[in-house]
Amino acid sequence: MNNPVWYAARTGLRRGWTELKQTFTSGQDVFGYVLWTVLLIVPLFLVGDEALEGAGISAGAFMLPSMLGMTLAFTGMMTTAQLLATEREDGTLLRAKAVPHGMVGHLVGKVVMVSGTALVSMALPFAVGVFMVDGVAQRGGGALLTLVWVVPLGLLATLPAGAVIGSLVTSPRTIGLLMLPVMGLVVISGIYFPLTELPEWLQLVAQVFPVYWLGLGLRAALLPDVAVAAEIGESWRYLETVGVLGAWAVAGLLLAPPVLRRMARRESGAAMAERHRKAMQRVV
Amino acid sequence: MTADHAIPAAGARAGGGPPESDTVIDVRDLRMRYRTQDVLRGVEFTARRGEVLVLLGPNGAGKTTTIEVLEGFRMRSAGDVAVLGTDPAHGDERWRARLGIVLQSWRDHGKWRVRELLEHLGAYYAPYSTDLVRRPWDTDELIAAVGLAEQAHKRVATLSGGQRRRLDVAVGIVGRPELLFLDEPTAGLDPEARNEFHGLVRGLADENTTVLMTTHDLAEAEKLADRILILAGGRIVGDGPAAELSRQASAEATVRWTRDGKPFEQATAEPTRFVRRLFEEHGDAISGLEVRRASLEDTYLTMVRELEAGHVTGEQAAHAFGEGTR
Repeated sequence: MNNPVWYAARTGLRRGWTELKQTFTSGQDVFGYVLWTVLLIVPLFLVGDEALEGAGISAGAFMLPSMLGMTLAFTGMMTTAQLLATEREDGTLLRAKAVPHGMVGHLVGKVVMVSGTALVSMALPFAVGVFMVDGVAQRGGGALLTLVWVVPLGLLATLPAGAVIGSLVTSPRTIGLLMLPVMGLVVISGIYFPLTELPEWLQLVAQVFPVYWLGLGLRAALLPDVAVAAEIGESWRYLETVGVLGAWAVAGLLLAPPVLRRMARRESGAAMAERHRKAMQRVV
Repeated sequence: MTADHAIPAAGARAGGGPPESDTVIDVRDLRMRYRTQDVLRGVEFTARRGEVLVLLGPNGAGKTTTIEVLEGFRMRSAGDVAVLGTDPAHGDERWRARLGIVLQSWRDHGKWRVRELLEHLGAYYAPYSTDLVRRPWDTDELIAAVGLAEQAHKRVATLSGGQRRRLDVAVGIVGRPELLFLDEPTAGLDPEARNEFHGLVRGLADENTTVLMTTHDLAEAEKLADRILILAGGRIVGDGPAAELSRQASAEATVRWTRDGKPFEQATAEPTRFVRRLFEEHGDAISGLEVRRASLEDTYLTMVRELEAGHVTGEQAAHAFGEGTR
């Protein structure tokens, strides 16, 4: 009984790998990755080497790792939600449901696919940005080790949460609407300027969500020690980072399976035909 | 009664009726209720191994609902259902591996290449391979069988409507199912593709795959079905081979003839008797005799119309058309 599950999970790994190859060979997707990189690089250009007050680094150096953290949060959560909602509408999930343990394979594949996408979406702006601003990623291996736990923990904190969102929304277009509050969250999450510049109550709001903590985690890994001066309490707050991201991960992992199961149970040809009809009405 | 080309080994067991394992679908008193509306009010039918069943019925009669209950995709309100000996509501993945479901694809897996997708989806069936049934179907053989050899390395999004439909069928049978569900498989296919599809379904049935399909194409139903089920008013109101159904429905045949150079036409439920009387009365004066049996279309329309007009209540209809054949 267990054996076919593992088998399906392995099949899912291959599925994720295939989908990664597909996304990096599809013109539209590649354009998306390049566009994202450009969107992150432009503000770096604009602020240039302008110094960040009292932190001994440039504003650009502050922004680059923060934006990478935001990319991780964004991809983990919104891309997962978007893909899930889209694949529910277009019948991918129903197909997965029709084959034995297909949902296991689909889910594993999605984790591989979104994780890979997140890493590449972070690597591209990093590769360009590191040559544009000084003081990023010049610390030794010990600090870079931070990446080794922050990035996987970030994926764990955001992917299951994204899966929950993707299961609950009725159509992929709802995800589009969700983008507005998400943008707002990014603005108050200390990505483009330190959180300490915001009123205290906004700081508290921002610290509930993973975006701020992933930005902080990436800064801890990539910025020199002096930069800690710009942070709350002048600390990288590793424990708190693990605590909040861990809480999101646990909540997501507890919530996602029943929510996904409920969504999968409701999936049927008739439900899909109905969504298809509605989507077509919108097009016409 | 028609599909007696079932497996001889299984059929050779002692006793009267077919052995238990020969019944692939067994539906009794299936009921489905959405809020206050009864969609299915006691659907009953069975399917035996290797049979091709075609489910006909007006839009909204509950064909898709019925199929989805059997697929385990939808919970029924009441009734007993056994598919391959298992209640679909509690079917595990081992059970699912023996089913094939052909879905109406829309635009899923558009980036995948045909061969890649079939290889991938087939892989899920490998743990369920047995000495008797090797799973999955060899990808290249399958691609050839559905006529997609030339498109094997094309992306799914670039396929034409007919090619996509064939891919849907290929996905449905990649696990070598014992029972295949097809919900309006030929909608949107051109006549040639349709004809090829019919050949494919007959081939599967010859290999003892049981097929349950829905369609709105009555000619297709007549051509493919060992048995036709007519679902109307939430019940099976007709169950049998096309010819038997028209007898049951007493749909009228049309008799045309010419007497003294004048054409005549008469609708009658008993054309043989009518024609005999005609000759007894007029003998040689009759010429150009033509008897047109009720087509499945006539039968179907008669049954559905009677039901809708309330001439026959559901109960009576089920009794008149259904019970006799079971």
